[in-house]
Amino acid sequence: MTPTLTTSHDAGGVEVPAGQVAVRLSHVHKTFGRPGTAAPVLDDISLDVAPGEFVTLLGASGCGKSTLLNLVAGLDRPTAGTIEVPGGRPALMFQDHALFPWLTAGRNIELALRLAGVPREERRPEAERLLELVRLGGSYKKRVHELSGGMRQRVALARSLAQGGNVLLMDEPFAALDAITRDVLHDEITRIWAERQLTVLFVTHNVREAVRLAQRVVLLSSRPGRIAREWRIDLPQPRRIESAGVADLSIEITEELRGEIRRHVQH
Amino acid sequence: MSSTDTSPAPALAKDTAPSDSASVEAGLDALETVRTERTPVGRALRQKVLPPVLGILLVLGVWQLAVTLELTTTDKLPSPGEVWHALTKLWYAGTLFSIIWTSLWRGLSGFLAAVAIGTPIGLLVARVKPVRAALGPVLSGLQSLPSVAWVPAAVIWLGINNSAMYAVILLGAVPSIANGLISGIDQVPPLYLRAGRTLGATGLAGARHVLLPAALPGYLSGLKQGWAFSWRSLMAAELIAASPDLGVGLGRYLENQREFSDMSGVLLGIALILIVGVAIDLLVFSPIERRVLRSRGLLVTTR
Repeated sequence: MTPTLTTSHDAGGVEVPAGQVAVRLSHVHKTFGRPGTAAPVLDDISLDVAPGEFVTLLGASGCGKSTLLNLVAGLDRPTAGTIEVPGGRPALMFQDHALFPWLTAGRNIELALRLAGVPREERRPEAERLLELVRLGGSYKKRVHELSGGMRQRVALARSLAQGGNVLLMDEPFAALDAITRDVLHDEITRIWAERQLTVLFVTHNVREAVRLAQRVVLLSSRPGRIAREWRIDLPQPRRIESAGVADLSIEITEELRGEIRRHVQH
Repeated sequence: MSSTDTSPAPALAKDTAPSDSASVEAGLDALETVRTERTPVGRALRQKVLPPVLGILLVLGVWQLAVTLELTTTDKLPSPGEVWHALTKLWYAGTLFSIIWTSLWRGLSGFLAAVAIGTPIGLLVARVKPVRAALGPVLSGLQSLPSVAWVPAAVIWLGINNSAMYAVILLGAVPSIANGLISGIDQVPPLYLRAGRTLGATGLAGARHVLLPAALPGYLSGLKQGWAFSWRSLMAAELIAASPDLGVGLGRYLENQREFSDMSGVLLGIALILIVGVAIDLLVFSPIERRVLRSRGLLVTTR
């Protein structure tokens, strides 16, 4: 064990009145291996995400964005600092859909419902409703391998929503998709975020994607991961990724990101 | 309905998302859905059944040719017809099925016992680190030991009886079943385990809903191999151990024919052992395995 500040994952943090933040990270540090010997992956990250907010975490390789999501998801513990998710365990979506191939699309969702404690007789109708929500009504009995990449990610989204929480963590969920499918899924996630009043923490290395989706873009520096800068984005939703507003801001953020990357040139 | 935009597009919506993204999505879904079709029966017969049948006919042809050319004496190499005659002799004597059944029953019940013992051992070794460190190498070692080597030991410990037969089957099959499950579990993609944990499947729920179903293909191939080992071990044991208590199974029949220097009977014994072993594999394990793999999209026919 390492000497740490309090680390907690408990719902309902002490000093945080529920309803004010959906996710709160305070002075989070993460080091793999023994502290002092290895360089920290995350260094003093403090970030509040308001309920219903859409935040993208942007950064180059090695900035620890995925590590950060794992911490918030409770899959790993911070070396120091606290993470609070008052709404309970958040759902996590991966770049790979991570659907279980031995179950049908509908059964994948039902398993999430079951593990979330939903009574048996409510599971099937709820799974059908969630499939309708991601516009895959009628795909209940489809096997995972019978679905296209975009459809799999939508089933994965429905499965995440089945967990019942309001906080959705997304780890580059559209990175492996083709551009057309990605555009459509941007529209989908924007629609569902608004409809369900979700809090989304979305990790990506794609600047335009970050700007297309988020109300707030948080730029992380690499090695160690620190918060470099934040942008608030007031463009109305739904946006088009090709629009001038998205493009202008993307150029500005890309410059900043490149600056962060340049710092790592060895002299 | 989506309309193909030949008419001037509404220019005002330039900066907002297109309103018809739902229909674009439906179009993409239709374009990208993978259709897996089962091969029609006729084609399956032609592709899967015909070649092995031809192979067998070829072997029989070469065999008959060798007999016709008198490459050796008929007491060393009887013709396929004489072996067929030995089969009909057994059939009319009414002992054919009792011989097969004696061995098959022993083999199957021994195999089921091996499954019941090998599965928990495999689970323990795969999931508990100290147990793995201690037993893992032993299990792999045992798997490479020909189980016929256990026959003398089993006979001394248990006498020449059914218990000795079962002991040899277990010693042959348990390691391969356990090893199959271990490698099945080792090959479970870590992503599934992570996804399971974020869904709240930890501990027993994680094993039941994620780990075991994910490991099923590896487990099934372990079972298949376990059957092959059970059958081989049993035949070796029946060949070596002779006692009136044991009755006549296929191995004993084979050994009896050798004692009578009846080469047709010996070849018939070998053929029957082969046929029973392959038949169980084809009728029991292959259909289950194919079903599991197909439902997971691991057996998609590419054209």
